[in-house]
This record gives sequence, structure tokens and C-alpha cells, in this order.
Amino acid sequence: MGLDIRWPIGLMFTLIGALLMIMGMATGADARSLNININLWWGLVLLVFGVLMLLGAVRGRKNPPAN
Amino acid sequence: MQPIHLAWVDYTILLAYVIFVLGIGWALARYMKSSTDFLITRRSIPTWVTGLAFISANLGALELVGMAASGAKYGIATAHFYWVGAIPAMIFLAVFMMPFYYGSKARSVPEYLQMRFNKPVMGLNAVGFAVMTLFASGISMNALAKLLNQLLGWNYHFALFVCSGVVLIYVLKGGLTSAIYTEVLQFFMIVLGFAPVVYLGLKDVGGWSAMTDRLHVVAQDPMALDLNTKSFAPDAWTSAWKPLLGGPSANPMGVDVFAIVFGLGFVLSFGYWCTNFLVVQRAMAAKNMTAARNTPIVAAIPKMLFPALVILPGMLAVALTAMPAKDYRIPPPIIAPEAYAQAVAAVESASPADSAAAVKAVAEALGKKVNADKIAALVASNAANKLTDDQIKQGVYNSVAEYDYDSVIFSLVKKYCPAGLLGLALTALLASFMSGMAGNVTAFNTVWTYNLYQAFFVPGKSDEHYFWMGKFITVVGIGASIACAYFARQYNNAMDIIQLVFGFVNAPVFATFLLGMFWKRTTSIGAFLGLFGGIAASTVFHAFSIAHGNLPGVKGGYLGVKIEFPSEMAQNFWLATFAFLACFVLTLAISLATSRTKTDEQLKGLVYSLTPKIKSENEPVWQRPAVAGVVLLIACVILNLIFW
Repeated sequence: MGLDIRWPIGLMFTLIGALLMIMGMATGADARSLNININLWWGLVLLVFGVLMLLGAVRGRKNPPAN
Repeated sequence: MQPIHLAWVDYTILLAYVIFVLGIGWALARYMKSSTDFLITRRSIPTWVTGLAFISANLGALELVGMAASGAKYGIATAHFYWVGAIPAMIFLAVFMMPFYYGSKARSVPEYLQMRFNKPVMGLNAVGFAVMTLFASGISMNALAKLLNQLLGWNYHFALFVCSGVVLIYVLKGGLTSAIYTEVLQFFMIVLGFAPVVYLGLKDVGGWSAMTDRLHVVAQDPMALDLNTKSFAPDAWTSAWKPLLGGPSANPMGVDVFAIVFGLGFVLSFGYWCTNFLVVQRAMAAKNMTAARNTPIVAAIPKMLFPALVILPGMLAVALTAMPAKDYRIPPPIIAPEAYAQAVAAVESASPADSAAAVKAVAEALGKKVNADKIAALVASNAANKLTDDQIKQGVYNSVAEYDYDSVIFSLVKKYCPAGLLGLALTALLASFMSGMAGNVTAFNTVWTYNLYQAFFVPGKSDEHYFWMGKFITVVGIGASIACAYFARQYNNAMDIIQLVFGFVNAPVFATFLLGMFWKRTTSIGAFLGLFGGIAASTVFHAFSIAHGNLPGVKGGYLGVKIEFPSEMAQNFWLATFAFLACFVLTLAISLATSRTKTDEQLKGLVYSLTPKIKSENEPVWQRPAVAGVVLLIACVILNLIFW
């Protein structure tokens, strides 16, 4: 109904992913997360997910659904 | 647990989430032009969206918190709630029941009953559902506000009103569509927020086999960790079916195979998934019949995999608690600081020679069971070199022999998440609460507006009037949920009472739908009296039964204990079985004794034998609900075999 939900989902996770990555780069690996820089890596996962969602939304705009 | 401190990055993530859900509501506001738009959607939503919303509406925070708790208490057997207690019912709904819900053009599940039978039957179902759904919302909100208060030190009232306020705004602006879209957002938030915690926990434990090895040891001597009073076979926590075969005394849940398969797997499961408007409403918003039937199928895929996300943390927590090197234990119940102060004083004034007295004194001060050895060691250590108050308090904390299983998931979050990821996990928890609340509110306002208000109180008005009522009752509904939250907060027994009522109402209802949809001879009188009788049967069964270890009262047996069950879960499953059979038999018998009031023509599209078979809409084979359903059932059976 007028709003392709992939836009807000994509946008939100791209932003949060970027934020986590910046945090990860700024603080480095933490002992709590078993010395893995989890913010950096998981932030990357969220960023990729967000971008994929946005790509889906862009494709949706180019091929409007039949209904 | 001591409150967690959030950093600016955590607050930012939280804020971003709130802004986005509000934004979705705002973006949809201009499409809300009629009561149908607001309460039902224009039935143009893609299948993947309705499918994920279907599962997200069900995935409240109580489930996240509760499944981790159960995972700790019962191990992989908790997966029965998914692989036996959900998937088969969802597939049945998709293949056999959605055609009637969607094809009849009913605006809600109770309205189907009105079309099939009459208003009184619809009314009984509608009232029961409306009341249940408000209480469910309230219990959820109370749990959330309490959690935020304990974890973050937020003011209870502030947390309650702010979270309700956010939900109120985006539902009021964008109606059911807004709820559905935000539920999809919340679904991803929940999965992506908790997955890293599960990953870190698994890595910390040393991998899957390391965890199962540890759980094998625990199962043989749970008393060492104060987890249970009996010992079991090594596979009690890691095997889902074998411990059941040994009967109620051979598994931590205290149930037998029949209770799980029939009580949970059939009655409770089908009663919820096939008739609860909270979830069915999402399927009814789909864009066409195939999409509507595929919605529960799409939802079943993540549902099958959720045990890895929600049950595994509980099992990890037990394994970690059993590994002394990890410096982790499942948190004890929240105890007031004054009680701790008294306990500390008791330790300080105790002498190592008489440690039994010290243990008793500490246990009394705290009001909980304590580990005698640990207290004795603490007293000795204090006598040897004077410990600080904090050290004694820590020692007392470590010796509490009871667990607050509901804190398991968040204790793991606290353990593994640095700032950043912490905000993400917290937002995921908040998201799950909001999706549950929005789901309840949108189901409630539809049932109220169309099936109670329009049907019984004020029929025949313009659509504008009902549109206004839909919005008005949304506000009232949230207000009532808040009131229910305070009620649940006030009375410790509230949760028990409400769960009870759910059980009474839910258990028989599937019999009514089953007979209504698949047997044209079912009459309205039969349906009404059968449903009513089923609810009454639940109440009677409860009044005469009790679970081992409970006292008669709210938990049952208040009219005399005629049957005793090994556990509460067993009692629930058998109650459900009894109520279902009572409703089924009554409906059948009374229908045969009364005459039909509706002709075959009137029942076309509402009953299986009177509805033309659905012609394939030329969709690819893998999109056909029956085919997809069979595939998923096979996958589900395979999962059950893997964890046999």
C-alpha cells in the first residue's frame, strides 16, 4: 500500500550497521566479546543486509508489481 | 543483576529504531481513508511481508525471555513448542483453513463464526478473544517495564508509558498496515540483534559438542547446580524425544509422550495457530488467496529455525554455569538490598565452627534457598582474613541456590555485548515487546469495532463512524492494556490467573472451528453450547486437579484434589485435551439432536464439503501451499529426528 517496506528496513540497517562499524573501528576488540571486534564484523553484516534491502527496493520501483 | 550502563551509541541505535517505526506510521497515514483501510488493510500486501508479520506478531518478548528460560530448565525438549506445537498447525491453517477465512471475506475470525453459525457463537468467541488479548498485551508491557527497570534503572511508569506511547502513535497513524510493516522491521531487528549473542555464547562454550558434553554431565546430577531435585539420563537436556519415552519421571518437564503430542501438539497448538485472530489477521491481509494460504507457510520457515536463536541461549547458560572457569552463573532472583545487608551481617557474626546456623541465618535473611557448602566456605574465609562487605555480598550472591530463569537471555547479553552491540540487543528486546503489543491492539480494535460494537451495539452507521470508533478504541485499548499491566504488577498471581483463563478459553475453541469447517451438520446451538461447555469443562477439570508440589488455590485443586500431575505443564496439557474432547463431543451430540438452521447454499464457501476446490492460479509448483506444506512437514520431521 504505497510504501515499500524495504526502504525503511534497508535504510535503518544500513545506518545502524555503519554506526556499529565506526564504533568498532574506534574502540577495537573487547574482552567481553571474546577479543573479537564484534561491533566491526556484525556492523558489516548489518550494512550488507541493509544495502541488499535497498537494492531490492530500487528494483521494486523499476518493476512495479502487477497489482 | 546490577543495572547495565548504556553508552551514547546504544541510545542512538534505540532512537534510530523509534524514529523509523514512527516514520512508517507517518508515511502510511495518508492512505488511511476508511475503516477498512485502517482496520483491515487494502489486502495488497506482499506474501513475504504478511508471512514475517505473522510470525513477528506471535514473537513477543515473553517468548524470547520465556524460551531461553525453558531452554535452561528443559533443554532441547523446549523445541517441542516449535516443532510439534507450531509447525503442523501452521501448515494445517495454510492448506485447509485459510480458504474459509479468506474466501468467506470475513473481516475477522469471529466474523467467520457469525457467517457459519450465528451472532451468539460469534459473540462468545469475540468477547473471550477481546478480553484475552488486552490481558496478553498488559502482561507483556508489565514484563517489559519491569525488565527495563531492573536492567537499566529506568522508572517503571516512564518505561511503560513511553513504550505504549510509541506503539499508540504508529498504530493510530497507519492502522493495521503500520503494525504489519513495523512487525517485519521488528522481526529483522530481533534476529539480527540476538544472533551475535548466541554466536558468542557458542564460541565461548567451545562449540556444540562441548556444550552437549557438559549438559550430559549436568543431566546426571542436576542437584550439584541446584537445577532440579532428580537426576536423569545423560541425554535429558540434549535429546527431545527419548527422555519423554521414559515417562514423566524421566524428563525435567515431567510429561509423557501423549500429553506432548495430543495436549500440546494438537489441542493447544491448533487452538492457537488456527483460530487466534492475532496471527490469522496477518494472513487475512494478503493480496490474494494463494498469498493468504502461503502466509503461514512462509512464517513456518523462520519458526522452524528459531530454536537456534531462542532456546540455545538457555542451554548455553546451563553449560556455562557448569563450567567454573567461565565465571558465569544463571542469575539468582532479584533480592532487596536490605535482605543482602542482613545476610552480610549474619555471615560476619557467624563462627566457622557452627556453619549450619550461619547457613540458616543467611537463608532466612534472603528468603531463598542457599548452598550450604558455599556459605560455610564464606564464613571460614571471613574468619581467616576479614573480607570487605562487598566481597561478602558477592559471596552470598554466588551461594543463592535458586535461579531467575527469565533473566537468562539478558545475563548473556550483559556478559558478551560491548557498547554498540548492547544497544542493538536491547533494541531487539524492545522491538519484540512492541510487535506483540501492536499485534494485540490491532486485533482487538478490529474485533471490537466490527464484531462487538457494530454487530451488537450500534449497527447501521456510516463507515466514517466506524473509522472514528476504530481509532477511538485503539486509544482505549492501549489504555486498558496499561491498566492490565498495573494489575499484573500488583498481583503476583495475576500472570497465573490470566494464563489460566487463556487455557480455559483456548483449549476448546479448536473443536468448534474443526466441526464448523469440516462438518456441515454442525448447528449453531450445538456450536454455542459446545463451546460454552468446553470452557466450563476446563474450569471443572482445573478445580479438581493439581500439579505435584503446588498448593490448592490459583494453581487448581480448590474443590478437592482428584488428580495429581507430575508437573504444571502436564496438568495444562491434560486440561487442554479434556476441554477439547468435551467441546467436541458436546457440539457433535447437540448438533445431531437439533436441526440445521442454514441451507447448503448459505454455507457455500464456509464448509469444506460445500466449497469448490481451489483451482491452481498457475503459480509454480513450489508456491502451491499443499506442496510447500508437505516439504516443510518433512523438514520438521527431519529436525525432530536429528534431535531425537
